[in-house]
Formats: sequence, structure tokens, C-alpha cells
Amino acid sequence: MLTKRIIPCLDIKDGRTVKGVNFVSLRDAGDPVELAAKYAATGADELVFLDISATEQGRKTMADLVLKVAATVDIPFTVGGGISSVADVDILLKNGADKVSINSSAVRRPELIKELSQAFGAQCVVVAIDAKKIGGQWLVHLVGGKQATKLDLFDWAKQTEQLGAGEILFTSMDHDGTKGGFANEAIAKMAECVNIPIIASGGAGNMEDFYNAFTFGKADAALAASIFHYGEVEIPELKAFLKDKKIPIRL
Amino acid sequence: MNVVIVDYGAGNIQSVLFAMKRQGIKAVLSNELEVIEKADKVIFPGVGHAAAAMEKLQKSGIDLLLPQLKQPVLGICLGMQLMCSHSEEGNTNGLGVFDVEVKAFEKKLKVPHIGWNTIEQLQGQLFKGIENESYIYMVHSYYAALSSDTIAVCHYDIAYSAALAKDNFFGTQFHPEKSSAVGNKILENFLVI
Repeated sequence: MLTKRIIPCLDIKDGRTVKGVNFVSLRDAGDPVELAAKYAATGADELVFLDISATEQGRKTMADLVLKVAATVDIPFTVGGGISSVADVDILLKNGADKVSINSSAVRRPELIKELSQAFGAQCVVVAIDAKKIGGQWLVHLVGGKQATKLDLFDWAKQTEQLGAGEILFTSMDHDGTKGGFANEAIAKMAECVNIPIIASGGAGNMEDFYNAFTFGKADAALAASIFHYGEVEIPELKAFLKDKKIPIRL
Repeated sequence: MNVVIVDYGAGNIQSVLFAMKRQGIKAVLSNELEVIEKADKVIFPGVGHAAAAMEKLQKSGIDLLLPQLKQPVLGICLGMQLMCSHSEEGNTNGLGVFDVEVKAFEKKLKVPHIGWNTIEQLQGQLFKGIENESYIYMVHSYYAALSSDTIAVCHYDIAYSAALAKDNFFGTQFHPEKSSAVGNKILENFLVI
């Protein structure tokens, strides 16, 4: 039986793991390769690395990091941040990334999804969407959540699927960093709109939150950062908890 | 041991290379027919589109060489699908090692099939020491139907071939190089065949 995935996310700035709260105020959370190896060994199903360097030097450091991660971990991983062309993706996949995630660049130029999907296959194209509920409507935000658009979350999700996205990584900015649970209602609505897997992100605070994301939220995978980095939730304990509650989980 | 990973410009070759390294094997990447022919073991990876991949194989002549190989050959993911007779993906003829049709998942469940699933009805040397219902990592939109060459079964909406074997040819739909300890054991098994 296909299992629900638990995905630790590592935000990378200039080669180090960092984690902000509500997209700001960064704290150092350690060496990414060491963290990745630890997560893989303790039962993470996949890993996501998001490059938030936004500098040329940072990008090069990221490509090197991908190579080091691929050498060390034996589970799949996704790399995102600052990707805007087939050439950008080519380097990351050649260095050993399994999938890439694109965000703002896909909103600015939706054709990018199609280009990547045709060049490398839909299975490695993850479209990340950051959204926030404003006046009753979920609106897509860009540039790490700093820039609002008029784009409706669910319309955009459908469009990404049509263009060839293989997965959607949905982050609720209203929930991110709050530790108050995932945006289950919106995730469940998205699950009805598209037929590709959805990774829920933003809001994980305890083990129950994951259970709710997989049941009420109908998410295929759940992603979290700080609670894993700071040991507030341990992956083996979380997976045993979910398995105990009849969620299909790989132990 | 001389392990050659067929490098025809498709797929996540780096991960297979690193997986070999973890087995203590320094594998060689090559698209040269002579190098492939002389290998002790051949790994045939692949990610992407079947038609585009077949075109690349035809350009390098690997399409004719591969089915003639006598040493153990392991196709992974698209590599395995290309070793089948035909794929619905781009209506592509494969290498015909396995007399199996590759079909698209009907969209009753989410496609691509992504994540960790279980394999069962395991047979043969490739799965020596692997427990029934072990978890492996799958990521694909097309599947090889069940056949007499099936040596492992996976369920996703329907039952299909998680692995195939015929004579010296092996194929896994899943990615052993990304399937943690279970995957490493399967690769280790392949290396001693």
C-alpha cells in the first residue's frame, strides 16, 4: 500500500541550514549534509532543500551541496529556490537531485512547468505554492511570501497540473511557523481540484497535526522544518504514532 | 568488479553511481558499446520520456547491443520499461527483452504514483533476504503489466510488475538506489548474481 510521506525541509542559506518564523528572522540549524543523513537514517521518507541564498555564490554552493547530499543519503530529495530555466534544473538533476521545486518563476512564466516536464518528466517537477487567505480567498504569494498576487490558489493548482506538474507543495503562510496545525481545509479542497500528489506544508507543531493533515487534509505527504530540526518531534516516534492510528506509514 | 552504468543522457545517473560507491564499487559511466559489452555487470537506469530515451539509445546503437548482452543487466525505472516490448508512452517500441506491455495508469488514483509502496510475491536471487511487503520508492506514471517474467508485484489501483527477470536480465520499476536499506540489499544481491 502506498504510504503517506514525512518530509523534513531544510532551508539553506549560503550552505547552512536556517529556519525562520513566518518567513523572517533566521536561526542557524546546522550542517545540511549531517542533518540530511540523520533524517534519512531515522526514517524520513524524502527530503526537501530550499535555497534561500538568492545570490550567485549561494547558487553555486547549492549545486555542490546537492552532490554531497546525493553521495550521503539513499532516499529521494527535492531541491528548490531560484530555479527559472531548464539549464538550472539540468545541473541539479545531474548532481543527484531527484526532483526540483519551482515557485515564483512558475507564476511569472507558467510555460516553465511545461518545459521542465517535457525535458525531465512530470515526476521530477514539484510546483511550490505559497498562499495566504485574504478576505475569504486564498491568494498565491511570491518571493518567499513577500509579494501578493491576484491569483487564486485553487485555480493556479489546477493550471500547474495541466501544464505538467508532478506534485504540488502547498505552504499556507497563515499557518507557517505557528505550530498550530496545517491548513487542512484548504489542502482538502486542493485535493479535490487536482489529481497529483499534494505535500502539505506550514503549521506542524505536534504529531496530531500530521494525523489531521493526512485525514482531514487528505494530504499525500506532510512537510515540516523547525520541529524536526530542534527535536520537538522525532520522526521514529511520529511514524509509530501515525501507524498506530492506522495511517499507512513506512516503518 | 567492473560495473558499467549505461549513460545515454537520460536519468538520475549520479544517484546510481553513489549507490554503487556505497557498495564499495567504483562504477563506470559509459555509452560506448565496447565498454558496456566487456562489463561484468551492466546497470541501465532511466528517468524521463520513453520515446526520447529510445531515440537516444538508437543513436548510440545501445538498442541493438543491450538485448544481446550475456552478463547480468539491471534496468531501473524507465530502464526496465524500455526493456519491455512496447510502451504506451509515446507509442514506443522497446528493446523486447521482456515480452511485456507498458501501460499508462488510469487516473483513478493520483498519477504519478509517487512514494514508498510495498512489494510482494518476491522471487529469485534479486530478492534474497528481502522480506515480503518491504517498502521501496516508486515514482512513475506508466507500469509494466503482470507477466510470466514478473518477480515482484506492487499494487497501485491494479497489481503490476514491480520487478521483472528473464535469463540474465533484471528490471525494477522502483528505485533501489533511493530505497534506503532495502534498496541497498537488492543492489548487493544484483552484484553477486
